[in-house]
This record gives sequence, C-alpha cells and structure tokens, in this order.
Amino acid sequence: MQARHKSMKAFGELLADANEQLKIINNPEAHFIPFDKKFETTGKDLLLADGIEILQVNIGKMCNQVCKHCHVDAGPDRKEIMTRETMQQCLDILSKTEIPTVDLTGGAPELNPDFKWFVEEIKKLGRHVIVRSNLTILESIGFGDYAEFMANHKCEITSSLPYYRASFTDKQRGNGVFEKSISAIKKLTVLGYGKENSGLILNLVYNPVGAFLPASQEQLEKDYKRELWNNHQVVFNNLYTITNMPISRFLDYLIQSGNYDSYMQRLVDSFNPAAAANVMCRFTISVGWDGQLYDCDFNQMLDLNMDHGAPKHIRDFNFSLIEKRRIVTGQHCYGCTAGAGSSCGGATA
Amino acid sequence: METYYKPQDLPRFSEMGEGAPELWKKFSDWYGSVFAAGALSEREKALIALAVAHAVQCPYCIDAYTQESLAKGADLEQMTEAVHVACAIRGGASLVHGVQMKNVNEKITM
Repeated sequence: MQARHKSMKAFGELLADANEQLKIINNPEAHFIPFDKKFETTGKDLLLADGIEILQVNIGKMCNQVCKHCHVDAGPDRKEIMTRETMQQCLDILSKTEIPTVDLTGGAPELNPDFKWFVEEIKKLGRHVIVRSNLTILESIGFGDYAEFMANHKCEITSSLPYYRASFTDKQRGNGVFEKSISAIKKLTVLGYGKENSGLILNLVYNPVGAFLPASQEQLEKDYKRELWNNHQVVFNNLYTITNMPISRFLDYLIQSGNYDSYMQRLVDSFNPAAAANVMCRFTISVGWDGQLYDCDFNQMLDLNMDHGAPKHIRDFNFSLIEKRRIVTGQHCYGCTAGAGSSCGGATA
Repeated sequence: METYYKPQDLPRFSEMGEGAPELWKKFSDWYGSVFAAGALSEREKALIALAVAHAVQCPYCIDAYTQESLAKGADLEQMTEAVHVACAIRGGASLVHGVQMKNVNEKITM
C-alpha cells in the first residue's frame, strides 16, 4: 500500500463518507453476529454509560502526518478546526461538573491555534490534561516550544509509536517518522517525561501494522522499554496497545488488501466479555471539532451522535441525561472488545 | 486432487481428533502449554516455530506462525532473521556432513 500525502476526503474517495463506511461494516448480509446480540452474552442487555471520567475533545482534523490506519482521515488538507467559542462551551461544562480529565485529540491537537489557550484554561479549572501528540509535530518549525509548554502545564502526553524500530513505524506513519519521533521523545526525556517522580507522564501507543490484533501489552511494554533505552536512551511510562478499528483508512486498507472478512471474523471470534464490560465509552464522552457530542472518537468519525435521549451538541449538555446513557453501537465496536480489549488507555481486560 | 496443500485445510486441523479424540486432546493440551509464556516469551516461541516451519517446509505452519509472530509483537526484520537461522542450520547441517565425505575420501584414496 502506497504512502498517502493527503486525506481520503481530499481525493473524494468513497470511504471518506461515513455513510459508505457504515454500509460496509453494518451490512446485514454479512455473516457476522450483530454486536448488540453478542454483547447480550455478557449478561447485560444494553451497553450503558456509567459516569463521565474523561471529556475527550477532538480540536481539529488537521495533521502534519497522513498515517495509513488513521480513523480520523486526518491530514494537512483537513480544515475542520475547533473554534475558541466551542472550546469555551467545553470549559463551561467543566466548570459546572467535576469531570476530572480532559483528553485532547485530533488530528494533531497542537495545530489548533487556540491549543495553548485551551490547555491553560483547563488547567485553571484544576483538571488533568492528556494531549494525544503525534510527536513529530514537536519537531516541526513553529512548534519548538510546545514540549516545554506541555511540561510546564503538567500535561500527560500519549503518542503513537507503532513499533520500537523504524521499519514498521514508518510503514504505518510515513517515511522518517520514527527518527523524528525518537528525536521528540529525547526532548521530552530531557524535560523529565517518563522519569519516576517527575510528575510528567509519557505513554506510547502500539498499533498493529496490519490486519492482526495487538500482542500482550505487558510483554510489549517490556520490549519497548528495553529496546528504546538500549538503542536510543529514551524512557516512557506506559505502553498502550490499541486495536485498529475497521473504519476509515484502516477499513480502506482491509478492503484493498483482501483482509476485511478475515479481520472482522477475528474481531468477532475474539470477543471478550471482560473487555466489553470496561469499554471506554462507558466513562468517556467525545466532543467533535464543531461541538457535536458522541460516545467515542470512533463514533464521531462515523457521524454517529449520542442518541437514546442524550443531547447531540455540547450547547445542550445535560449531565443527568448523559451519565447513564445508552451507548450507540455498531459492528465496529468489536474493535474495542476483542482479545485483551482496546481503549485510548490501552488494554481493558 | 489438483494440489496437496489448500489454505482452507488449516482450520480443519482439529478434525484430526475424530479418529483418536484422546490423543488429540493430549496433543492440544501439550501444544497449548508449549506455546504459553514461560522462560521464553510468546513472541520468542512464535519466532522459533516460524523458523522450524521453514526448516520442515510446512506451508500451513509458515502461514500460521507468520500471523502468530506478528500478533505476538514481532516485525518483518525479526521474522526474516528467524528464517535465516533456520536456513543457516539447514545449510550448516549439510556442510558439516562434508566431514564424513572427507573421512571416506581419506580412507579410500591415496
């Protein structure tokens, strides 16, 4: 599969359209047991939320990278950026609730011109901030002070590094990404990230570079720590394994490579009730760049708003209607319940 | 029969239990224990299996243990090196038998 330089949307590709993706993954003629029916085997009829621990905010789809598996279809051509007005609506929600953590994602969240302002305002409210940084942006012109800014504000940083060597990393994320990422991690290491008692947390994320499930998170973390220290003298705190969702660019890859049916079957066969009980949507809400509300970042990219009586936009936020809401599900949800489970914080079972 | 090896036969492996269920159960239990993490990690064991698969030239095993090695966290470089280990032992095994050739040669030539 060739490297991409622009999003699927930029090329007007069919699968850039969420409805076209849903037609494939929810195709009633496919022989995969419906997710909701499979979920019933856990002993519960419905997937329900249980509070809000994390407000995940996607502050824009623009990114300096064009990764082959990106569920956002992010890229340099994407112009969807959260405005300060919508950020203020998020801050208003935070000030009225006790949601402890804000998880900033994108695209590259640093590319939003109001990124620093937003982080500062969230910190004034005393909330913990996680930034999903792609690392290479910290090495880009104009962003030289962002690592220090995040360290000064005690931001937790979570970053994809699909492997501890260059070939797999560059295959998924683009040529030269591994080298730049290591350079950024070195900068973060100097600032104290990943070091015990520094209070500065750096997590790395492993995504399979292809149509297979992640290996053991515990074992991979040991391998990453050993190899990254021995070869590059960098440290980090936790490794999160995240399963690739069969949506957007990864769905495109699965279809183009003839792996769609076998991958979906693997997800279904690997359904783990323990992982299903801990899926992140039960404790997270997701806000889109335009203030729309979703159960998770994946539903956001499929244009599947919160439903079942929960509000659809942050301007209509109502804690009591959201905290115990019924989650909107589809066949893509198998991605979070397979094997050891998958979430923005890694394995769940 | 157009070919002896068909990919769709691999998932039928368990049919080998039909004629001898007790032996199949013993094999399956032992097989599972062999590949569980122990003094060696699951990734290391999958890579050994991949190397052996090439040494015994089993297409089923090559298919299965390429996928298993990836799923246990290996990459292409590690898998390629594992295959080279198998090749080195196969090649070395042939070459070291050359000593027997030399012994025979020494015995019957002047």
